[in-house]
Parts: sequence; C-alpha cells; structure tokens
Amino acid sequence: MSPVLEVDGLEVAFGDVPVVRGLSYEVRAGEVLGIVGESGAGKSVAAAAVLGLLPPEAKVAGSVRLHGRELVGASERELARVRGRSVSMVFQDPLSALTPVYRVGDQIAEAVRAHHRVTREQAAVKAVDLLDLVGIPDPARRALAFPHEFSGGMRQRALIAMAVANDPDVIICDEPTTALDVTVQAQVLEVLKKAQRRTGAAIVLITHDLGVVAGFADRVLVMYAGRPVEVGDVDDVYYRTRMPYTAGLLGSVPRVDGGGRRPLVPIEGGPPEPGRLPPGCPFAPRCPMRVEACDDREPPLFEVGAGHRAACIRWADVHRADVRRDGAERPAPPREPVTRRPRTVLEVEGLVKRYPLTRGTLFRRRTGTVHAVAGISFDIREGETLGLVGESGSGKTTALTQILELARPEEGRIVVLGRDTARLTPAQRAAIRRDMQVVFQDPAASLDPRMTVHDILAEPLRAHRRGAPEGRVAELLALAGLDPACAARHPRELSGGQCQRVAIARALALEPRLLVLDEPVSALDTSIRAGVLNLLGALKDRLGLSYLFVAHDLAVVRHLADRVAVMQLGRIAEIGRAEAVYASPAHPYTQALLSAVPLPDPVRERSRERILLDGEPPSPADPPSGCRFRTRCPTFRGVLTAEERSLCVETEPEVRPLGEDQAAACHYAEKLAVV
Amino acid sequence: MTLSEEEVAGELGPAMAAPPSRGRVLARRFLASRQGRAGAAVLALMFALAFAGPLFSPWSPADKDFTAFLAPPSPRHWFGTLQTGADVYAVTLCGLRRSLIVGLLAALVSTALAALAGAFAGYFGGWTDRVLGWAADLLLALPAFLVLAIMSPLFGAGQWPLFVIVLALFLWMVTAKIVRGMTISLRQREFVRAARYLGVPPVKIIFSHVLPNLSSLLIVDATVNVSAAILAETSLSYFGLGIQPPDVSLGTVIADGSRTAIYAPWTFWFAAGLLVVTVLAVNLAGDALRDAFDPAAKGPR
Repeated sequence: MSPVLEVDGLEVAFGDVPVVRGLSYEVRAGEVLGIVGESGAGKSVAAAAVLGLLPPEAKVAGSVRLHGRELVGASERELARVRGRSVSMVFQDPLSALTPVYRVGDQIAEAVRAHHRVTREQAAVKAVDLLDLVGIPDPARRALAFPHEFSGGMRQRALIAMAVANDPDVIICDEPTTALDVTVQAQVLEVLKKAQRRTGAAIVLITHDLGVVAGFADRVLVMYAGRPVEVGDVDDVYYRTRMPYTAGLLGSVPRVDGGGRRPLVPIEGGPPEPGRLPPGCPFAPRCPMRVEACDDREPPLFEVGAGHRAACIRWADVHRADVRRDGAERPAPPREPVTRRPRTVLEVEGLVKRYPLTRGTLFRRRTGTVHAVAGISFDIREGETLGLVGESGSGKTTALTQILELARPEEGRIVVLGRDTARLTPAQRAAIRRDMQVVFQDPAASLDPRMTVHDILAEPLRAHRRGAPEGRVAELLALAGLDPACAARHPRELSGGQCQRVAIARALALEPRLLVLDEPVSALDTSIRAGVLNLLGALKDRLGLSYLFVAHDLAVVRHLADRVAVMQLGRIAEIGRAEAVYASPAHPYTQALLSAVPLPDPVRERSRERILLDGEPPSPADPPSGCRFRTRCPTFRGVLTAEERSLCVETEPEVRPLGEDQAAACHYAEKLAVV
Repeated sequence: MTLSEEEVAGELGPAMAAPPSRGRVLARRFLASRQGRAGAAVLALMFALAFAGPLFSPWSPADKDFTAFLAPPSPRHWFGTLQTGADVYAVTLCGLRRSLIVGLLAALVSTALAALAGAFAGYFGGWTDRVLGWAADLLLALPAFLVLAIMSPLFGAGQWPLFVIVLALFLWMVTAKIVRGMTISLRQREFVRAARYLGVPPVKIIFSHVLPNLSSLLIVDATVNVSAAILAETSLSYFGLGIQPPDVSLGTVIADGSRTAIYAPWTFWFAAGLLVVTVLAVNLAGDALRDAFDPAAKGPR
C-alpha cells in the first residue's frame, strides 16, 4: 500500500532561524503516526507547513506529497482544495478554533459545503449526523447551540466532526487533548479512533504526552531541536529505545502504575535555542552518554532495526535504565511505615464555599448559587504530603484559596498549625503566613517581572524582618539547586524550570512547616518536570516539610504524595493512603479517573480496559440530587438495580472508611484494580 | 544545606549573557525614534531658554525702558517692547519658566494622585474603592472652569503653588480609573498573590509590586498631562483666572499681547510660538516614550 502523505526533507526557517530541519515521514491509510517532542521541538510548525498554513515570512523547503502530488509551493487555490477535504486538522484550543458568533451546526455544515455541492438542508442534515458520530447527545438540538454553550470536550468533538466532515485521507491532530481533563481526554481519543475507523484516514497525532501516543499510535517519531531523532514502531521506540533523548523522556515521566516513588531521571539542561544549536549532535550537551565524537557532526538517522531508525552514533549502547537493567520494572522501594505521625499541621473540616450567581448590572439579582466546595474534610500530619486531585471544576482551587486566605470559612473549620482561622489575631495571622507558604502553577507569573531574583528571595525576609538577607539568599539558591549567579538576573532571563526553582526557594525562605503547591509542575516540560519533582521530594525529606499538593495529573501526585484526596464536584470522593487508593480505588469516579490516565507503555496500554464516563460533568451550580457523581457513574448506570439506585438518588453518601486509611463517599464502594 | 549532585543537576544551563537593563533598552528605543529625539531636544532647548536665557539679556521683566514703547525687535530689545516699555524677551522667558514649572508640577501631582487613588481603590476594593470612586465622579462632574474662576482670587501674590494643586485636582480622575482597572487585574496575578501569602503588608505590595508594574502607563500619562496642564494653565491665565499679576505666565503674556497683536505682532507671536513649540515637543516625546514602553507598537525593536 502506498503512503497517503509523504513528507521528505521538510525544512522551515523563520528568517535565519531554522525551526524544522530535515523532517521526513510517511503515513499510510488507517495508520496513526505519533509525533512526540517537547515545546520548541518544531512539531506544530511542521504540521502547519504540511498544510501551507505558515505566515509568508516562513521559508519552507523540501517536499510534501499527498497521493504523490506535491504541496510545497502549490498555489493557494490548489491548497484550498486539499485543506479540509483530503487533509484536515484538529487544533489544541477548541474554543479559538470555532467562531463564537455562529452556531456549531452551521460551522460544520460550512465545512461540508466548502467542498461539496450540496444544498443548505443536506449540509445541515450531514452536520447533525457528524455530531452524532462524535457522540454528542441530542445532536439535532445541539447543532443549534453556540460554541460557548459547549464544554471543552464537546467543542473538541465538534472540531473532530468538522475534520472528518469530508472523509479526509489524513487528519492532523495538534495536541488535540492537551487542554482537556483526563476523563474527557479518554472520551475524545475514543471518538477520534471511531472517526478514523469510519473514514479509514491516516492520523498524524502531535503531542508531548508519551502516554497518549503509547495507546493510540502505530508508529512514533520523536523530534528534538527541529529534527527527527528516533522513528519506529511504538513497541520498538518504547521498549528497544535507541536514542538517549527518547530514553531520557521515558525515564522522566511519572507514572500512575507500579514504581510509586521511583526516582525520576531528569534530563540535564534545557533544549537548545533554534538559532544557536551546538556543533554536532544537538542533544550532546544534555546527553549522559556523550563521547567526544558526538561533537564532530550531527548524526544521521541510523537503521537500527526493521523500520526503526535513531540519530545516535552510540545507538547500540543505549538501554533504558529503568526497564532494561533487570528485564522488568525496577521494584518500588519499600515505603516508610504506615503509621501517621501525631502532630497535625492542617485540618479542614466540613469546609463549604458558595459563590452567588448574579444577573443584571444595575439591579443585581441572585439567580443561583455555585457550590464550589460542598463540605470537605481532610487533615495533613507533620512531614506528610497530601495530594488533592480533581478535574477542572472539582473545587480544588477554591478549597486551596480558602486555606491560603486564612479567612473565616462560610461553614466548617480550617485549622492551620493548631490555630482556627475563624479566631485569628493579626499577630497570629502573620505568624501563620510565615509558617505556611505557597508555590503557584505558572512560574513566570508568580515572580514579579521587575525584580531581580535576589530581591524576590529577599522580599519575604524583609517582610518578616529577618535581618540581612544576603547570606540567606545564597543559601536558598543553593538549596533549590540554582547557580548563585542567578541572583542578579530577572525572571525573564531564566527558563521555566529555573523560575519554578526560584519560586520554591522563595517559599522556603522563612523555613515554613507547610508548603501549599498549586500545580507546581504542570506548566513545565516533561524532562524539566522530573528535576523539579525530585527537588520537592528531596526538600521534604531534608527539611521535614508537609505538602498540600494540588494537581490534576494523577501520575505526578502518585509520585509525590503519601496520601491522596480525590475531589469531584466540590466533594471528596475518595481519600486515603496513596498506595491503597492507586492500587485498589473504591469509588467509581476514582476508578474511572485512574483508568483514563494513559500509560507510557504500549503493550499494557493496548490491553487495558478503560472505564469511560458517559456524558458531561454536571454544573456545580446545579449538582444532581443525592450522590453528585451518579449522572456519570458507570456503577449507577450499569450495575445497580432500580431499588439500589434510589439510595444514590436520595441520599448523599458520606465519606466512610474502607479498611486501613482508605475511605470513599459511595454507597456501593467496591475496590477494583484499574492500572 | 545543599543538595546532592543529582538533585542540583536540574538545569544549570550555560550562563546566558546578561541582557541590557530595561532602562537602557528604553533609552535606546526612545532615542531610536526621530520624533523622540526631536521632542527631547526641543524640550531641553526650551528649558535652557527659560532658565538660562534671561542671563544673556540686560533687561529684567520688571524693568521698563522709557525710551522705547511698543518698539519692534531690535538689537537693544531682541523681541521688541510692550506698551509699558517692558522688554518682551525678558517677560516671555519669565512666563515660559512659570508655565513650564506649573505644567510639570501639575502633571506630576495629578499622576501621583491618580496612581495612589487608583491603586488603593483597585487593591482594597470595598469602601475604599467606593469613596475614591465617588470623589473621582464628583470632580468629573464639577465644571473645573467655574471652580477655578471662583477660586482665582486666592492665586494672587505668589500663591501659584495653590493653583498647581487645584489644577492637578482636576486632571487625575480618568487616569485613576484606568489605574484602578489595571490594579484589579494585577491583584489577581500570581506574583501579587504570592506576596500577599508571604505576609507582605498591603501598602507595601502596592508600592513594590503594583505601582512599578504600572510605571509605563504612569510615565506616559505624566508626559501627556504635561502638555494638558500647560495648555490648561495658559488658557486659564489668558482669561485672568490662573496666574495672577505680578506673576507672569505664557497665558498672561499672550493675553496682554493679544490686544496689540494686530499692529505690534511681536508682543504676541513670540509667546504664542514658544507655547506651540513646547506643547508639540512634549507630545512628540510622549509618543516616542509610549512606543518605547510598548514593544508591540511599531517602530525599531
């Protein structure tokens, strides 16, 4: 079978800066090619170049052939005929890819009419069919909705519907699920698979997530510094890795399965800037296997196996440290004893936070209430890490803000370091501010762009009058693994990982006892994330810190947390010791969540049974009666009898203990291993 | 307390060359624009003229030459004389000096007022916001001209600083509203929240995080206000409501000159010309400054 799309020696440069350097690949009908790389690797630019979507100042060379017809240098008219009909694209951000002022159905119909002479009515009917295909409930009515009335997952499905509208031969998906929650990601990937089966199209899937590729792609292409560095079948690339960069990426990904607190292996340094590549192999400065010959010239792609090529002169010596050494995964190091320490640093009891929904500008009327947090309880003991996990809208950020504000909660109690926030004197509040610190998600945004690193680190010391900051600043930089020379720099002169280290150093300045981490690594690239996670783990052991770790990424939480609390729609669904919850989750929501997390392990990923949630998450302004999860609950829908269901509809389940340090808020909780 | 090799190994990439400081980048961008260079040069020239110019003339504004009434420009009187025999050069430069000082001070005071009121209103919200908002709305609704006319008797005999303050009082409201809006969005930014959770007192957050991050807006606003204040001052003084005799400003000079402008144009045109040139220079410099602060604006990068 001849390939549908052939890309050969594709080069893209902006001015003098080469962004894509010699990219070649081909995809056949029905095949899925995953293109993996970190930010700045040139993957999105390469995809845009295939469709001729780059701005005119970009210089494109090489060849892109669709069914043997050359697209590079083709006229705009010719390209317009191809786009959307033979090749279509699914973008990362579904909100900006849909026009806000047109109905979704009309936009899909427009995609149909752009390439086929059909009447308006026929196109509208086809649009409804397509929405049905991508699993949007009640498609005829939903076609009349505007994009803002769709949730993120539904918008992405609408885009997929548009992409398959004309039975394309190739669908290029640029980070199609990056902006989505894991359970929604699982749904969308399922839809994509279905759409592919229906159309028989080839898919080029661009992503940074090694897990998504493992389960979805047939072949993988790893990009680094604008070049492919390893290409091959999924199994070859994941299990018989022949390029140190790929091995490094795989070694630095935290996983939800096995291992637990297996130390991650970060890749040193950061990716090179496109304009300033090192001589020789661009990965050499970060490579643990570097030899002198690496700097001589850039290695070509060597044939290392059947259909498997890697750009490394020492490919024969490359082994994945964590997998290959003893033939299997390294066993997890034994955990500390299970007993929890007696002293509590943070206690939250029955916390409730509601936001009023108002209408009108002149006369504000209250039209409803968002129950952002509806009664949650947990505690953190000294030296312990609690991971607070949940999807967007689960109320984890609200809970976090309530704790950080140190204000009197609407209902319930927050006790920080032995003091109830409802009865704090200003002096006590200042003392707690010193002992509880926070690290935010976006490292660039949490540092004042106008201050030097020295001033940033000195600020808390000055605010609490801790004497001369000079010596302490150097100490903090060393503690966070930063070069002392950083002190004179501004945040914008540092990389994302370095900024996050500065933010961590600032949080440690006052020797706090409790550190609140709000998605501290989700803005960082995989290879850098591992370094920051290792740092957080090491600091905790060294300084005896307690962490409240808020994240949506279950794998990251598993890596760091002793205990986890899973939040769903403002309630805690399940809480307990990390091993127990991950190994045998009892709440159906936790089970679905864990089964939706893709593993960077193709064989296991293919054999896994996903628990797919139906429908959309309900709005926190209008939660269902009784159990808040029942509208999406697979147990409620599939397993329970009508009699058993009435309990779910009528009574909201309390969090009840199920064995040693594990508790779930489900009437019919049953432990089930899913990863 | 240091970490082991492995933990430190994070990303101590090769040290980047220290980029030039922000101030130097701004100066370079500012000077790269022809408008900016011209505006700054003319403005500097005006200041030199206003402060050093009188040194080169034998006449002081109070002197009267009883041998030359309403005489055209000559080597003896470079800009000619007035009906009273006063030297136009001396009087005009004295007025220019006063106008420049009043304009600069009024602009500074009004921008400072706007920054403080806006930042406090935006940061604290609640009652602070409401009270400051009412004050701004009240001043926006009051006819400034009328208030100044009523207050003008107070400005006589060296009381021009009071005039500066009253003038500034009517210039800050719109900027304050802009600053308030920007403060509200800055307040949500993580570095401001981080400072709050670190225990930095609110007033200190305003001065060390909020206002410095609005400095570009404030500097541009101050520059624009200079020309507005100079124009406001001259028009008020023209109607006799601003600077009161024996003080002179460009406005009073123009008002005096306008009576004889038809048959003795030198009494009017020098003062009017200096005013136009000054305001033009301030505006040019202000535009260039705004472009320099806003990297997205067109122009050399």
